[in-house]
Amino acid sequence: MSGRALLEVEGLRITATRPHEVDLVRDLSFAVAAGEMLAVVGESGAGKSVTARAVLGLLPAGLRVSGHVRFDGRELVGGTGAAHRALWGRRMAFVPQDALSVLSPVHTVGDQLALAVRSVRGVGRKAALEQAVAALDRVGIPDAARRARAYPHEFSGGMRQRAVIAMATVNDPDLVVADEPTTALDPTVQARILDMLAAFREQAGMAVVLVTHDLAVAAAHADRVLVMYAGRHVESGPVHRVLRAPRAPYTAGLIASLPARHAVSRYLPAMSGAPATAGALPPGCAFAPRCPAATDSCTRHEPEPVEWHDGHWASCHRIAELPRRTADLFERTGT
Amino acid sequence: MTAPLLEVRDLVVRYPARARRTPPVLAVDRISFTVAAGETVALVGESGSGKSSTAAAVLMLRKPEGGSVRFDGRELTTVDERGLRALRRGVQPVFQDPHGSLSPRKAVFDAVAEPLRVQGRWDPTTGPARVAELLDLVRLDRSVARRLPHELSGGQCQRVGIARALASEPKLLVLDEPVSALDPSVRAGVINLFTELQDELGLAQLFICHDLALVRHVAHRVAVLHRGRVVESGPARQVCDAPTHDHTRELLSSVPAFDHLTER
Ligand SMILES: Nc1ncnc2c1ncn2[C@@H]1O[C@H](COP(=O)(O)OP(=O)(O)OP(=O)(O)O)[C@@H](O)[C@H]1O
Ligand SMILES: Nc1ncnc2c1ncn2[C@@H]1O[C@H](COP(=O)(O)OP(=O)(O)O)[C@@H](O)[C@H]1O
Ligand code: SF4
Ligand SMILES: [Mg+2]
Ligand SMILES: [Mg+2]
Repeated sequence: MSGRALLEVEGLRITATRPHEVDLVRDLSFAVAAGEMLAVVGESGAGKSVTARAVLGLLPAGLRVSGHVRFDGRELVGGTGAAHRALWGRRMAFVPQDALSVLSPVHTVGDQLALAVRSVRGVGRKAALEQAVAALDRVGIPDAARRARAYPHEFSGGMRQRAVIAMATVNDPDLVVADEPTTALDPTVQARILDMLAAFREQAGMAVVLVTHDLAVAAAHADRVLVMYAGRHVESGPVHRVLRAPRAPYTAGLIASLPARHAVSRYLPAMSGAPATAGALPPGCAFAPRCPAATDSCTRHEPEPVEWHDGHWASCHRIAELPRRTADLFERTGT
Repeated sequence: MTAPLLEVRDLVVRYPARARRTPPVLAVDRISFTVAAGETVALVGESGSGKSSTAAAVLMLRKPEGGSVRFDGRELTTVDERGLRALRRGVQPVFQDPHGSLSPRKAVFDAVAEPLRVQGRWDPTTGPARVAELLDLVRLDRSVARRLPHELSGGQCQRVGIARALASEPKLLVLDEPVSALDPSVRAGVINLFTELQDELGLAQLFICHDLALVRHVAHRVAVLHRGRVVESGPARQVCDAPTHDHTRELLSSVPAFDHLTER
């Protein structure tokens, strides 16, 4: 990592306290530099959303956080939450999966954006509304001045998600955390919105944490990727290294099971079993029951992240013994 | 050439206006395609292009406004209620939402036995063995038979749904986005199951999907839908590798290319 990170997460642990204690995320560390896009990839239940919310200070009651979240050097874990509140909207912003959860149904989109502007900057109503319209225009909403007078329910799903991105970015934050911002949308709309977010990030120079379950989305847009499984780090590093030459069997299996564009066989290399869930983790490496490379020692100890190559980390006991092409672990023989 | 198993010609599906001032929706506008026995034909297209509406007509869940649907040599649009019941067994659906399509209080055994009971084909002596056989067919451990849907993973639920469909001994499966709600690491296994079932049982499949890369993998032929019409169709690999219609190209480009990143 060059220079000091904008966001540093170190030894993060998130624990559900009811009905009994269950760790949802354990020993998680990652960093995001200014202007960088980090994709956090994992399957449902891997702990992506609770991690995103811990970064933002938006965890629901009943979840306990420990470890460190530092933003621009300032510790955000512990304390009263005042440190987080001082950052919201100004320096860090949130784009959730469900746009309607952050848009009010009773105010026009323009008014909501203008309010966001005025809550941060001391500008008049008219100037705020002008900035709101400009923000809608930037995210590619056609005829923004007229559209600003519409209510959220009058927007399509894709336009609503653009409006939420406009809202999150209207005050030029340093960091945007987007939790599956396009998962509920049509793939063609999805692609347009992610392209827009990526282009917008380039222009505005903000850092983005993009939570997704889709490796291809990470490949297309992120600088670095963090792969999670069962609440832990599996692999992380520059996106091209991790996806081109994954070292952790789980990452390799995810990539291998995607349909390749020039494949000849009708069969896909497939993983066995189903994702492990918090509260019912197998002993040792949580991936061991599904891992074609697992040995006895894998079920005894949890692997820690090991730096395999400049900034490319993998959590696997057998990192040095696996075949160079880790995808071969999952190759399917058959028609 | 023998007649195709399914032949859809000039199909029209229109939904009536829901409120005054809103016009009726022409969801399917004269679509034609065929599916041969043992063949997989994919319908692709963006949201709202008419894929599920076409499926509903093929499944005889909605009477089309126009056109003809011939299945196994019979015209479905004019057949009477009794004939329909007999034909329905031959065309079975698998839907997107694995949990939502199972009844929450019914154990796996009963869920799989239900079609047999409803169709009057349940025999108390051989029935349990038939259920076990169906679970084997979808690669589910027989021990899941006693479990309830909430005790199953998404992929297991989807396999139970497939076992239910197979209980009717269909000739055609209608798969409406059957893996899009599943976790990425279990998708490939379910997709392979469809291919295996086709190889083992000679099932024909109408496969509805957003993902052209996946379609290229599993389908023999593909029809690209746009606003209720077929804008391009042909062998899946040809359409995906050398699309001729702008709309197909846009669909292809919305699936982020992965191959250039990997070593394959
Ligand atoms: N029950 C209904 N009543 C009225 N209109 C409907 C109904 N079902 C679908 N439609 C409309 O018909 C058109 C085609 O819908 P359909 O569900 O077939 O699309 P689809 O291709 O399956 O889309 P998706 O990819 O989102 O599943 C759309 O305009 C939709 O809004
Ligand atoms: N408020 C909560 N209370 C208890 N458990 C939770 C809560 N939110 C999430 N979980 C659990 O934490 C784990 C991680 O969830 P989540 O972060 O939502 O995963 P992801 O976003 O990767 O799908 C899951 O096992 C989930 O059931
Ligand atoms: S630690 Fe063992 S079980 Fe876990 S991924 Fe590595 S080889 Fe597989
Ligand atoms: Mg989530
Ligand atoms: Mg549909």
